[in-house]
Amino acid sequence: MADALGGGFKDPVFASQAVFRRLLDALSRPGRVVEMPQLVAPPPPLKPAAAAVLAALADADTPVFLDKVLNASGEVRGWVGFHIGAPIVVVPARALFAVIADPAVMPPLSEFGLGTEQYPDRSTTLVVQVAGFSRGRSLWLSGPGIEDVAGVQVEGLPERLVEEFRANRALFPRGVDLVLAAPSAILGLPRSTRIMGEA
Amino acid sequence: MNTSQEETDAPYNFAYLDEQTKRMIRRAILKAVAIPGYQVPFASREMPMPYGWGTGGVQVTASVLGPDDVLKVIDQGADDTTNAVSIRAFFAKVAGVATTTHTADASIIQTRHRVPETPLEAGQILVFQVPIPEPLRFLEPRETETRVMHALEEYGLMHVKLYEDIARHGHIATTYAYPVKVEDRYVMDPSPIPKFDNPKLTNSPALQLYGAGREKRIYAIPPFTRVESLDFEDHPFEVQHFSEPCGLCGAEGVYLDEVILDDRGGRMFVCSDTDFCEGRREAGHRGHLAAAMEEGA
Repeated sequence: MADALGGGFKDPVFASQAVFRRLLDALSRPGRVVEMPQLVAPPPPLKPAAAAVLAALADADTPVFLDKVLNASGEVRGWVGFHIGAPIVVVPARALFAVIADPAVMPPLSEFGLGTEQYPDRSTTLVVQVAGFSRGRSLWLSGPGIEDVAGVQVEGLPERLVEEFRANRALFPRGVDLVLAAPSAILGLPRSTRIMGEA
Repeated sequence: MNTSQEETDAPYNFAYLDEQTKRMIRRAILKAVAIPGYQVPFASREMPMPYGWGTGGVQVTASVLGPDDVLKVIDQGADDTTNAVSIRAFFAKVAGVATTTHTADASIIQTRHRVPETPLEAGQILVFQVPIPEPLRFLEPRETETRVMHALEEYGLMHVKLYEDIARHGHIATTYAYPVKVEDRYVMDPSPIPKFDNPKLTNSPALQLYGAGREKRIYAIPPFTRVESLDFEDHPFEVQHFSEPCGLCGAEGVYLDEVILDDRGGRMFVCSDTDFCEGRREAGHRGHLAAAMEEGA
């Protein structure tokens, strides 16, 4: 099952639409944990929800950055190559999508594509694998898509990334967008979201 | 409802567009949501309808739409005009989705130049058809310049334009496509909706997506996002007021269309939102011209 040729979308048209709608929901309403059905079976350490995001949105037009852990796996690179067909890049700034399996050792957010003042959309979307959303670090979020404030819990999110995301917010409208991906759920952190404090 | 691809009668991919195009548009939509009010360029495709018929909105709808969605399409508030009927039929054919005219039953509403009167709910998506997405275009024709103006938040020209309205007419004379500022950052064209609808854009629980096909731009307002209509302290933003209620359903505080009845100056005002008006009449509300209309019909 976990070889490079297996584990893609069974029904690419409807599966990618289903994944996209959940992503749209997650990024337009940050702080909401959106369940992601298991539609792909990628080789480890790539997890299903993160892989589904990539399979739904990335293609030959979108350079993909894989972090050290993922890039070390020939199976993961093969899976991305076969099912998605995206070129894999090693310079974070050139990537339109980045998948991070171990956020503790990832490059700083400022090294990814941040867009320009005139074209802030030309920036990297990072899919960061985390352990889950039922315990761990508590954060209060505000910004577009959030009525008042939203409280979330993220397990496996390093303190460093929280600080870097705050610095990323200060660059607005430039900046990267994050999708936190637990194995079967996602949570959107677009650049417009402010992390107010930790509870 | 559960339609699979085989059940639709059209020899097209689901919702007409090919998958690579949908991915491209979906990526643009997600960036648009992340930067509220900013116009994301996208590789707009030729659609089987002319520019000006909502090709931008159609492409956004086609990329968002799934087999479980219920689609409503309105043109100036009406479900039964040519543009609305043909786009609804298009998606019924190429995507096999359920369609409705009831605002509350729809999960996706594609609209040309109106926001429905019935308040939208969380989870609904409103797709606007946009002819000219750049609010600064009539003030500065060069795209390279307007890009820089947005980058620098240089919106003085827009305020000068509104000020000249006041100098000439005594009030801000812009009545549709009234510019708004989104989350205190980007000045945005809300598409040619009457300014009456501008207050419905702010803090809406629904997601708003804007598609301009000819101009190749997509932009968005996420739910619960601040949208302010530009104005001055001494000339605050105001919406239109109507002196009489809807002639058919008696509704007040809604946007009305003027209908000419004869060549002797006879006219009536009716709700622009046909679904809202029908709903009220079914609930027993009667306007002062309802009886006369039914006799004539």
